[in-house]
Amino acid sequence: MTRNSKIFLAAALAVLLVGLLAPHVLKNPFYFFAGYVILQYVVIATGWNILGGYAGYINFGAAGFFGAGAYASAFLFNTFDIPLWGGLVAACLIGALLGVLMGYLTLRIQGVYFAIATLGLVIILETIIHNIPALGGARGIVVYGPPPPAWAAGPSQYMFFLMLLIAVASVSLARWMQISWVGRGLRAVRASENAAECSGVPTLRLKLLACAASGAVLAAAGAPYPFYTSFVEPVTVFSLLIGLNAIAMPLIGGTRTWLGPVIGALLLASTQQIATITISSELNILFVGIVLIAFVALAPNGILGLVARRSRETPR
Amino acid sequence: MSSPVLSMHGVEKSFGLFRALGPVDLDLMPQERLGIIGPNGAGKTTLINCITGVLKPDSGSVEFEGADITAQPSFKRARLGISRTFQIPQPFRGMTVTENLLVPLDYLHGTTNKHRRAAEVLDSVGLSARAAHPSEDLSQLELRKLELARALVGNPKVLIADEAMAGLSEAEIDEVLAILMRLNQQGVAVIMIEHIMHAVMRFSQRIVCFEMGQLIASGTAEEVTRDPKVQKVYFGEQAHH
Repeated sequence: MTRNSKIFLAAALAVLLVGLLAPHVLKNPFYFFAGYVILQYVVIATGWNILGGYAGYINFGAAGFFGAGAYASAFLFNTFDIPLWGGLVAACLIGALLGVLMGYLTLRIQGVYFAIATLGLVIILETIIHNIPALGGARGIVVYGPPPPAWAAGPSQYMFFLMLLIAVASVSLARWMQISWVGRGLRAVRASENAAECSGVPTLRLKLLACAASGAVLAAAGAPYPFYTSFVEPVTVFSLLIGLNAIAMPLIGGTRTWLGPVIGALLLASTQQIATITISSELNILFVGIVLIAFVALAPNGILGLVARRSRETPR
Repeated sequence: MSSPVLSMHGVEKSFGLFRALGPVDLDLMPQERLGIIGPNGAGKTTLINCITGVLKPDSGSVEFEGADITAQPSFKRARLGISRTFQIPQPFRGMTVTENLLVPLDYLHGTTNKHRRAAEVLDSVGLSARAAHPSEDLSQLELRKLELARALVGNPKVLIADEAMAGLSEAEIDEVLAILMRLNQQGVAVIMIEHIMHAVMRFSQRIVCFEMGQLIASGTAEEVTRDPKVQKVYFGEQAHH
């Protein structure tokens, strides 16, 4: 293990410890209720970036994976009494499968065509859910989850910690992919598919692997959602805002490394949470749009890109 | 006489109604230095693409060390030991020079110490000083060297250099030729596609000339330059004036 990996591991454990102890200091459960959403976006941004950042395939369909994960865990719990962790595993598998399927159908097309195809995925899934009575159709499904375990301070605190675990696991996966042969191969594919293939990189297989990992993480973000809100319906889980945030957050933070989406999600999602309480929840989307335009125009490599440029320029 | 490392039998490739290549029969012996010349559009790059698997030939077969590889995808051929450089350098942008070499080392066969092998190859092409630089900072000569380094880091058996010297000065051409010659002495068969005649003449043991997708001449540098068909291709228009 390299020195950086040891630091990362220590930091990840520290974050989990802080998350576990936080309810003893912060007594207001709202912080955890809002914190859950912020962490959920850390997972979504991280999942999106595996395909969008490392491989350069812009996926507009993040909400499709999120919604599939949410519906998977809600359905399995209501119908078969499968607990949340089981639903989470199932969501990851469904997300990975959906990712491979989407990848297999669309990876041959690039750029804007790929983006439009992924947007179609959300509409297809939403339409399917709308028309399946067993999944609640347009009315949605109510999920009465079990009470939180005794060690947790309350349901919000428990869901918060659960999402923190998922976030740490997702970021660890994204980091491993970035620094290993997988990330190097994907960046090579992004730079020149032909040159990568002629260097021995199985480009299609590698891209499918990225699709699967990205899909699994995005679906994992959705799995606890029915237990968090006690309710899932198609319009919210397949919402445009999820897909938009999934793209905006990594772009704002920086798409080249695992840290970019984490920073972008923490910044944008907390601002959105604050704006929701203080101004208006409807202004959120406008806010995301403006910030996104500003970053695309002024800092195309995100916050980390700005920092890297600054640090490279100062010694000269 | 040993058997060829690479051989093509009746390889043909058309784009729509335009037959870009073939049918072509061509053998490459182990450790041979083969030069391929011909005017633009003669089918040289199409030939390379059929060898490396970027294109699938419409008919005919490609064999590597006696095994038919016509249906194999590019990455598998690369793993077998067929390596190439690109006419227009295609560095992996956003990665350092060393990382560019780690990609083939990751995906070819098990190299135990990847960083040491990368450093060794960078040293052999004279890019050591640039190892930690992003590949987008390189000059034209350095990009050409990076293409070569990336192609040879995985110890290929056949190296195809597609206009590896285009745009370089005379001194730089000598430098690249020296690298290729050294590599060949280590046992690698080299196919050189080149428009810079004195370089390809000096380097190659055998030269083949393509015109309109057909192989029109084959022999030593001297034989090929004296061949009337080759002269017609290269000097034909001048003869009329």
